Amino acid sequence: MTIRTRILAAATAVLLTGAALPAMAVTLRYANQGDLKSLDPYTLNETTTNAHLGHVYEGLTKRGKDLAIEPGLAERWEISEDGLTWRLFLRKGVKFHNGNDFTADDVIFSADRVRAQGSNFQTRVPAGAEFVKVDDHTIDVKLKSPNPIMNAQWDTWYIMDKEWAEANNTASPTPAAATTPSHAALNANGTGPFKIETHQPGVKTVFKPNKEWWGKAEHNLDEIVFTPISSDATRVAALLSGEVDVIEPVPLQDIQRVNSSSNAKVLSGPELRTIFLGFDQTRDELLFSNVKGKNPFKDKRVREAFYKAIDVETIKSRVMRGMSTPSALMIAPQLFVHSTDFVRPKYDLEGAKKLLAEAGYPNGFEVGMDCPNDRYVNDEAICQAVVSMLARAGVKVNLNAQPKAQYFAKVLKSGNYNTSFYLLGWTPGTFDSHNVLHDIEGCRDNPQSARGETNLGNFCNKKHDELTDKILVESNKEKRDQMIKEAFQITFDEYGYIPLHQQALAWGVSNKVSLPQRADNSVLLYWAQKKE
Amino acid sequence: MLAFIIRRAFQAIGVLLAVGIISFAMFRFAGDPVNQIVSLDTPAAEREQVRRSLGLDDPVPVQFARYLVQSVQGDFGVSYQFRQPVSDLLAERMPATLELAFCATIFATVFGVLMGVYSGLKRDSVLAKVFQTISLIGISLPTFLIGILLIYLFAVILGWLPSYGRGDTVRLGWWSTGFLTLSGWKALIMPSITLGLFQMTLIMRIVRAEMLEVLRADYIKFARARGLTTRAIHFGHALKNTLVPVITIVGLQFGSVIAFAIITETVFQWPGMGLLFVQAVQNVDIPIMAAYLMLVALIFVTINLAVDILYTIVDPRLRSTIRQPA
Repeated sequence: MTIRTRILAAATAVLLTGAALPAMAVTLRYANQGDLKSLDPYTLNETTTNAHLGHVYEGLTKRGKDLAIEPGLAERWEISEDGLTWRLFLRKGVKFHNGNDFTADDVIFSADRVRAQGSNFQTRVPAGAEFVKVDDHTIDVKLKSPNPIMNAQWDTWYIMDKEWAEANNTASPTPAAATTPSHAALNANGTGPFKIETHQPGVKTVFKPNKEWWGKAEHNLDEIVFTPISSDATRVAALLSGEVDVIEPVPLQDIQRVNSSSNAKVLSGPELRTIFLGFDQTRDELLFSNVKGKNPFKDKRVREAFYKAIDVETIKSRVMRGMSTPSALMIAPQLFVHSTDFVRPKYDLEGAKKLLAEAGYPNGFEVGMDCPNDRYVNDEAICQAVVSMLARAGVKVNLNAQPKAQYFAKVLKSGNYNTSFYLLGWTPGTFDSHNVLHDIEGCRDNPQSARGETNLGNFCNKKHDELTDKILVESNKEKRDQMIKEAFQITFDEYGYIPLHQQALAWGVSNKVSLPQRADNSVLLYWAQKKE
Repeated sequence: MLAFIIRRAFQAIGVLLAVGIISFAMFRFAGDPVNQIVSLDTPAAEREQVRRSLGLDDPVPVQFARYLVQSVQGDFGVSYQFRQPVSDLLAERMPATLELAFCATIFATVFGVLMGVYSGLKRDSVLAKVFQTISLIGISLPTFLIGILLIYLFAVILGWLPSYGRGDTVRLGWWSTGFLTLSGWKALIMPSITLGLFQMTLIMRIVRAEMLEVLRADYIKFARARGLTTRAIHFGHALKNTLVPVITIVGLQFGSVIAFAIITETVFQWPGMGLLFVQAVQNVDIPIMAAYLMLVALIFVTINLAVDILYTIVDPRLRSTIRQPA
């Protein structure tokens, strides 16, 4: 071997190992429509953000692939006989990414921080709940009134490190009006399976596995690179060209294209969010209607007529391209055991016309409708379909479809519920019916109470609200479910709302990647496997 | 001269104030920022708390005055979405936009001049007709469509170029550049073409028309009569004289290239200021919107001022009118 060949051989060897090294590292690239804006886990309560941060931070509980509550940083918990004290047993030997130990003090600190001003998660922990340290790994939570579903949302109440937060002057949540950037908005220190390596808001975030994680990793990744890609066409192109491995969402019109490509497919399934229509049932005269001196929606027959004049199956086949599950209830079937007992009244145009005539509107009437156009899957198209369906029953609907920023400013409480007829979507944050019964279906009559704040049309039934209050404190599951069913039956019989459907999830996933799809639309890559 | 510049500087301040007032008046129609900051199931009391802490319950003139006072001190506020100072965000995004605008302008100028000269000299050749068709496409097709077509062709079908982003960037101080990596250059190609196509067709058409005009001029005929080579006539005399309006156009259009990068940046997920602005509009992030609009106004005003000053240097006739204002 001459010197020259030896050098060549050595150079080749170096090149080969150099080329082989990056191939061994498994990098998963993920693009979402939305951004990861602030890393502070108490800043914005939104599914995508919560899912991202769920790789880094952990709650006292977790939710599994089927959304069942599982132990997280709390190994187990016990509820006292009277339901007023919860004893939490914390996991031992857990460390934060900076090496600090996870102890009861961190939980107590997080409980205070999450309820502080500027937090968007204040309701995660009941306001009056008192956290008492028993020892380093045991905590008693003392409540003013029993709350059997207190831990239902704890999977996204992420526990922060007390020492880290205090050392970095970020002991209070990053409020929207912060004048100085908070350390926690740009840095993260959790206990979760991944650490944040770099974070450029709106550009790129890189996650690396946490080798010291207490659990057993179910992924085979060495790196996750997250990029927001807001343009639908670009996001799909990036998936098809193999530049990214996972995208969320895939627009409905591109599902076919992704599925027919050789390197990716669409994972789809029913989402938990229910899309529904609501009516103003509280004003004596509608704001946007030609009917003067009375409110037609106060008449149950008119609501029933609207319900029957809308053909959800056509909306499903034409507008949603089959990607929806028509719903009879205001909650997704996965979240309520008795939901199959409810059957949607059939589409009945003649019946609708008759009902309208009986109610005194044989020639229909005019009403304005509010609709977002960038919030839910095909939201504006759904509204347009509703408009043409109601036109057949003689009701002239004047559609006002706007971007969500303007839409919500108009219809929510801050806009004085400025609507007569609207489309909205709702996922109960607790994954429990009580949230729907309280926030969407509860009476708005007490301005001091948060009940019914998102009940934009103020559907109101006293018996329903009494049941809701009992449901909150009832700990017998069977009895509780019966009461929930009874409450939903009231709304159903009164035609208080027109539930339309649960929209479908659509994730674009490379054929190299296997990933479970959770129905709450959380893309959780700590369950992802990627083959090279 | 100095008096002229000072006078123009005062006018520039007036323009910026006007932009500020108009944009603040329009933000009220952009929607309610609080709804974008908190989730849908946030209680109303918490929403009010947020609104008060942002000073959004004050009347618009008060908000505007407060904004003015702070921005004069260099404080452009904190973004509602990112919870970071707007000046940091813009500074971080500016290199991406400037590099893109720079490449797009180079692309537009080089190709525009070459194609323009060629189709001016060989008006009837097939290639000149092809150029004319391309220029028609460039003028009539909307930017986002061109971008998506390019992505589909070069990223999805051929797989040659990346469909989004800037590739790998290298930090030089506070400036992050894509010029030093291969993936950075690759990522620049399609967005630059998309952004520069309109300018390119504009330049091509101007050069072509000017060439045709100049070639008929007496001094070209005289040059021919003197027996100069065709090459020297075309490039030494004709082209040189067509370039004056081209330089003006390129200069003035640089401002619009930066401002209209919004669409290109959105299509290619190019992490520049335009993309930041689009996302700010969707989320009613008033501090970013305000700062971006002011910045774009400032860029336009500065370029215009520079062009005005250059004119006076190039054209002595203007200089005398400036010295003795009418």
